[in-house]
Amino acid sequence: MSTLKMPKVDNAIMSKKDKIASDLRGIINSKNVLSNPDELRPFETDGLTAYRQMPLLVVMPETVEEVSQILKYCNENKVKVVPRGAGTGLSGGSMPLEDCVLMAMGKFNKIIEIDYENRCVVTQPCVTNLAITHAVQDKGFYYAPDPSSQIACSIGGNVAENSGGVHSLKYGATTNNLLGIEVVLMDGTVTKFGGKAMDAEGYDFLGLMTGSEGLLGVITEVTVKILKSPEVVKAALVGFPSIEDAGKCVAEIIAEGCIPAGMEIMDKALTKATNDYSKAGYPTDAEAMMIVEFDGTEHEVEAYIQKTKEIAEKNNSSSLKISKSNEERLKFWAGRKAAFPACGVLAPDYMCMDGSIPRGKLAEVLNEISRLSKKYNLPVANAFHAGDGNLHPLIMFDANDKESLRKCEEFGADILKYCVKVGGALTGEHGVGIEKRELMCEAFNDKDIQQQLTIKVALDPNSLLNPGKVYPILRKCAEEGRVHVHGGKTKFPDIPRF
Amino acid sequence: MSMEEKQNSQTSLDFNQNIFKPTSREEIIEIVKNCYKKNIPLEINGLKSKNKIGRNFQCEKTLDLSGYKGIIDYKPEELYIKVKSGTPVKEIIEELDKNNQQLAFEPNDFGYLFSGKSDSGSIGGVVSCNFAGSRRFKVGSVRDHILGFQGINGKGETIKSGGTVVKNVTGYDLSKLISGSFGTLTILTELSIKVLPKPETSKTLVIKNPHLKKALDFLGKALSSSTDPSGGVFYPDYFGKNFVLNDLTHDGGLTALRIEGPINSVDQRLNRLSKELSLLDQEISILESEQSNIFWNRTKNLEVFKSLKSNLLRIVIPMSETLQVIQKIKNFEIKYFIDWGGSLIWASFDQLNTKILSEIKEIAKKHQGYITLIKVEEDLKASADIFTIDPIKYKISEKIKRSFDPKRIFNPGKMYTGI
Repeated sequence: MSTLKMPKVDNAIMSKKDKIASDLRGIINSKNVLSNPDELRPFETDGLTAYRQMPLLVVMPETVEEVSQILKYCNENKVKVVPRGAGTGLSGGSMPLEDCVLMAMGKFNKIIEIDYENRCVVTQPCVTNLAITHAVQDKGFYYAPDPSSQIACSIGGNVAENSGGVHSLKYGATTNNLLGIEVVLMDGTVTKFGGKAMDAEGYDFLGLMTGSEGLLGVITEVTVKILKSPEVVKAALVGFPSIEDAGKCVAEIIAEGCIPAGMEIMDKALTKATNDYSKAGYPTDAEAMMIVEFDGTEHEVEAYIQKTKEIAEKNNSSSLKISKSNEERLKFWAGRKAAFPACGVLAPDYMCMDGSIPRGKLAEVLNEISRLSKKYNLPVANAFHAGDGNLHPLIMFDANDKESLRKCEEFGADILKYCVKVGGALTGEHGVGIEKRELMCEAFNDKDIQQQLTIKVALDPNSLLNPGKVYPILRKCAEEGRVHVHGGKTKFPDIPRF
Repeated sequence: MSMEEKQNSQTSLDFNQNIFKPTSREEIIEIVKNCYKKNIPLEINGLKSKNKIGRNFQCEKTLDLSGYKGIIDYKPEELYIKVKSGTPVKEIIEELDKNNQQLAFEPNDFGYLFSGKSDSGSIGGVVSCNFAGSRRFKVGSVRDHILGFQGINGKGETIKSGGTVVKNVTGYDLSKLISGSFGTLTILTELSIKVLPKPETSKTLVIKNPHLKKALDFLGKALSSSTDPSGGVFYPDYFGKNFVLNDLTHDGGLTALRIEGPINSVDQRLNRLSKELSLLDQEISILESEQSNIFWNRTKNLEVFKSLKSNLLRIVIPMSETLQVIQKIKNFEIKYFIDWGGSLIWASFDQLNTKILSEIKEIAKKHQGYITLIKVEEDLKASADIFTIDPIKYKISEKIKRSFDPKRIFNPGKMYTGI
C-alpha cells in the first residue's frame, strides 16, 4: 500500500504522553483512558483497513460534560483529537494519528426518547442505525436511511458521513432525516442545532455538521425523524441485452413519474460472479441486470410495478420477474447483497470504489471503465445504485504484486476523475476521509477548498479536530481512493457491504 | 462563459451608481471586489418579494439581481434544474410544468401578504429564506432540495459546493448553510435544484370541524398512518368563508388532509384515512384534483392573510406543543391557521409590542420552538429582534459570517446586529 502522508507528528506531545494520560484520568474515570499498546490496538484502523495507525491514547467518555472537558483540555494543550463511532467507515475518517487522542464514543449507546407523537427518536450517537428501527418497529415505524452496514454502523457516524443507502432517492440521506443534534466544539462549547421543531432559525449548522466527517465537532446526541413503515413492498428483477437498454429503462421509469424505493443495476461480470456465489437465480446471459423496488399502499405499488413492466419491455428486457411474496423479494436482494463477497472469490484482492454520476451517464461511464480495464489489464465488476447515481466499481487485483496494486490505484483514481468529469462526485456515500482526500482538487478549485478550510478554522482555529482528513495535504491529485479487501477478508466480514 | 456574458463583462462598471443591476457573473465579481476594497456594504435583492422580512438595515449600494436570470440546464430525467439566482420562481415552475415536474417543497408566495397579489419572487430569494410550504413534513424544506450552488463570497471570489447529483458527500455541505442565510454569507449566482415528478393526482379530504383539539387529533393520526398524506392544515371558523369551492359542501372551520399519487391508490388511501379517523359522524367533503390544487395553493400563498394590515408571525413548534401554545397566545387577539400537519402556526396579531413579543418568544422557546417575524409594523420592526438567537450560536454565526464575508459587506444586520 502506498505511504499515506499525515499531518506532522508533534514530538512535544509524544513526549508528554504520560502527563496527558494522567491529566485525562483526572477528568474522566481512569479506566476509560487507555494507554498501553494492547489496549490501543483495536482502535488502529476503521473500515478502511489498508491504513493503520496506533493512537497516542484512547479516551471513552461517558457524559457530554466529559466530552466537553476532554476537548477543552486538548484544545488548550494543542493535542489532536480523532472522534470515532462504531469504526465501520470506509474512507478512513476515524483512522487515528500517531499523536492523537482517539475519542471513542462507544459508551453513548442508549436511546434517550421515543416520541411517537412528534414521530422522532432522540438517541445517543453510538446507537446503531438498525437499533433505531428495531426500537420503533413494533409500532409500525422505521428509520429510513439504510446504509448497508446498518447492523453495525452508529447513528453518530451516519451524521458525520451523511450516510445514504439504497433507498436514498425516495427517502433522502441522513441530512434529510435528521431533526437535531447536540454537538461539542473543539473548545468544549456544548450546543444544540435543530431539535424537534423543523428548520431551526438562523444559519443551518445542522446541515453544515452533517457530512463534515468529524472535523467540526463531536456529536453527543441525535434526533431523527421516523416514518410509518410502508404497507406493501414489491420488487422486479429485470435482465437487459445491453447496459444502454438498462440505462434508458432507468431514465424512463423516472420520467414517467415513478420514484422507486430502490433501483439497482449490476453488469454482466458482477451478475455472473454473484450468481455463481449465491445461486440467486439471476439472468446470467443478460448484459445488465436491474432490481427495482416500490413501496407504499397496495394499489400504488401495483400501479408502479405495471408501469415498470411496460417500460422494461419497451426497452428490450430479456427477462422479467415480479416478486410474488416478501420471501421472493428478499431473495432478489440476497444475491445483490452478496455481490461484494462474490468478488472476493474471483481474485486475491478487490478495491471497492465509490463515485456518483448522473443516471443518464451510466452507459458512457461503464464503457470508459471497460476501456480502462483493458488498459490496466485488471478485471472489474460494477454495481450501481441507479436510483441515486451511486456507482461502485470493484477492481480485482493482487496486493502481493506491487505492480498490480499500483495499476489498481491508478485505475481507481481514473474512474473517480471520470465520474467528476461527467458531472458526478468523488464519493456517493463512503465519504472523503483519508481515502479520496487528494482527489478533492478534481472536483473543487483552490478557492472552493479555501472557503471550506476557512469554515474549519472558524470553528477549530488550531486544526486539532480530526486533522489530515477530507482536505488535500499533498496539494496534488495523488492516485488514491478505494476500499481494499484481501482474500475476501474485510475487517468486519459480518457487516453487509453493497 | 456565454457570448452574452462575455459581451457584458467587457462593459466597464460605473461605480458611482447606487443600484447595480448586473447581468453577468463577471459584473457581480467586479462590484463585490470594489465594495470589498472600499468597505462599502451592499444590500442584495432578487425580486424583492420578501425583502420586508428581516431587520431594517441601511446600505449605500444595492445589488439588484433581477437581471441575472435564466435557466442554465434542465434535465428532467436526472431530476434537476440549474438556474441563475435571479430567475423568477414562476418561470421555473412553468418550465417544470412542461415535463409534469415540480418543486416539491412548494415555496410560499408572500406576494398576497405584502402586496395583495401573487409575487413568488426569485429562486435566489426562496433559497435565502428557506420557507417551505405544506409538503414540508413529507419532502423536507427548500434546503433539502438544493443539490449545489455557485456563489460569490465577500472577497469577490467564486465558490461552489455540491453538484447536480443527489448523492454527494464531498466536503462540507455549504448548500445547507446558504439556505436560510438571507443573503448574508454569499451572493448566490447559480443554483442546482432537485425536481420531482408531479403526482398523477391529488385529492383532499376536508372535515368540517371548528375545534383545534379535535383537528390536532385528526392531523396526528393521519400523519402517523400509512396513508402517507402530503398536507395537513387546520383553519378555524373565521377562515372557513375563504374557501368557497364547488366540492366543498360545508362552511366554517375545517381540517384538510391531502393525499397524492396514482389515482387508484389515492382513492384507496382516502377511504382508509376516513375509516382510521372514524369520520362516520363528521361532515366531510372530498376536493377533486383541480380544487384540491386551488386549496393548497391558497394555503401556501397565505391568502387568508391577503393585504394584512397588522402583524404576522410564523411559529414553528413540535406538533405535541401546538395546542398549549395556541391556548397561551390566543388572548392576544390573534387569527391563526395551522400548517405542516400541526407543526407550524401562522398567526396575525392586531396588537403587538415589544412586551407581547417577548412573551410570545418565551412561550415558543419553552415549547421547544421558535418564532419568526414575517410582517411587523415599522415602529416595532426598528426595536424588535426579528430572529432569535442564543449567545453561543451568535458567536458561531459571527465566525461563519466572517469566513464567507470578512468585511461584513453582504446585507449587514439583516439577520442580527453585528452579523
